[in-house]
Amino acid sequence: MNESALRSKMLCALLPLLAVVSLAGCAVGPTKEDPYEPFNRSMFSVHEAVDGAVMKPIAQGYVAIVPELIRTGVSNFFGNIDDLFTGINGLLQGNGYRAGDAFGRVLLNSSFGLGGIFDLASMMGITKDRNDFGITFGKWGFPQGPYLFIPGFGPTTVRDGTGWLVRLEIGPVGYIPDIPLRNSLYGLGYVDIRQQALATESVVDTAAIDKYRFIRNAYLRARRYQLYDGHPPPEDDDDSAPAPSAAAPAAAVPGAPPAASTPEPTPPK
Amino acid sequence: MSRDFAKLLFVPIIAFATSLAHAQEAPDVLVKRLAEETLAAIRADKEIQVGNPAKVKALIEVKLVPHFDTTRMTALAMGRNWRAASPEQQKELTEQFKTLLIRTYSNALTNYRDNTMTYAPLRMNPADTEVVVRTAVSRPGQAPIPLDYSMEKTPDGWKCYDVVVSGVSLVTNYRDEFNDIVKSSGVDGLIKTLSDKNKAPQVK
Repeated sequence: MNESALRSKMLCALLPLLAVVSLAGCAVGPTKEDPYEPFNRSMFSVHEAVDGAVMKPIAQGYVAIVPELIRTGVSNFFGNIDDLFTGINGLLQGNGYRAGDAFGRVLLNSSFGLGGIFDLASMMGITKDRNDFGITFGKWGFPQGPYLFIPGFGPTTVRDGTGWLVRLEIGPVGYIPDIPLRNSLYGLGYVDIRQQALATESVVDTAAIDKYRFIRNAYLRARRYQLYDGHPPPEDDDDSAPAPSAAAPAAAVPGAPPAASTPEPTPPK
Repeated sequence: MSRDFAKLLFVPIIAFATSLAHAQEAPDVLVKRLAEETLAAIRADKEIQVGNPAKVKALIEVKLVPHFDTTRMTALAMGRNWRAASPEQQKELTEQFKTLLIRTYSNALTNYRDNTMTYAPLRMNPADTEVVVRTAVSRPGQAPIPLDYSMEKTPDGWKCYDVVVSGVSLVTNYRDEFNDIVKSSGVDGLIKTLSDKNKAPQVK
């Protein structure tokens, strides 16, 4: 569930894209992080087609039919399972503080929150956190591996995708013996994730020029930020930017000497 | 004697009042005020919540745009290609990029009704002319999303030149796109791509 939460978080505030393809001519060479770009792009097209025809309409129907109160309960229920894994990964990363908060949330919400349907912990100020096996593997030093776009799942990397497989393998829903119930829960969980992404998605549609690249770059940066707990080292980037406004007038004069190179926007610290 | 006394008393008061009038709103105070006023406007107006385009646009253009340095944002998004653009191209790029950002933000705005913001204490020296104001957006049932504003001091007050969501810089994310387009079809190609996109019907 973190995946979609992450996706919606990335998208939520600003960024967006659209299936757009006014970019016909845009020759995009594979990058270091996305060596399988041509393949990924075709998977992305498959995803867009299938998602647009099936999953997205289902998610929209769900939002239209099911009252908000119930949808929130459903999100909280699956979010409670997320919190369990946030706690486990906090432990695996040796971060007792984060693990403690997450487990505290699970205890509280599972009991007084009626099995996770109510997020009492947030109301009491125990803030929700995100953590997952992909981040744990990263902190243990496993390389990220190539970027992958998986139809029906979304952006990931070999490392993050492996983390998801681990989680699905040991996730509590998998232990439910009643197969129709188990499958219904998987289905509901999927619809829940998908509907959470709806709002973000329309923003991405507006913002992005090349939706595939926009999602990839935002995904990889957001994961990097998460891996370094919000303090990532500066990226290698030879593309140093010009111009705080003081320098702008100079730059506007044709033939003016290049403005002294100025630092990048302050990286998040 | 009493005149001197009056001078003693009033001159500093006048000087103080004047300096207040010219004093710039601190960057964190500014961010907080704009965010809270914007959220209040959204919550108070049903038409904004359902995305009435004229109202949303008015809110953004009147309240927010003046506090962004769109020229610098465009320059940063262009990276080294900025200097390859003529002044007319720079102007056109800035205009198109600004339109794209306004459209994007208009689309996002209607989703913000249930959001609450938290603000981290600002760390800055009095002499700083660039700071990062750190905030976080919380939505019910979701982990808070870090949202940082890169601010610069200008004669017109502090202005924002980048927004970083969960470690994803708006400006940097566009730089990758702009770079590729300029490489394949030049600065004019980028202007055309942006204006085509801005003319496309708003997706919903």
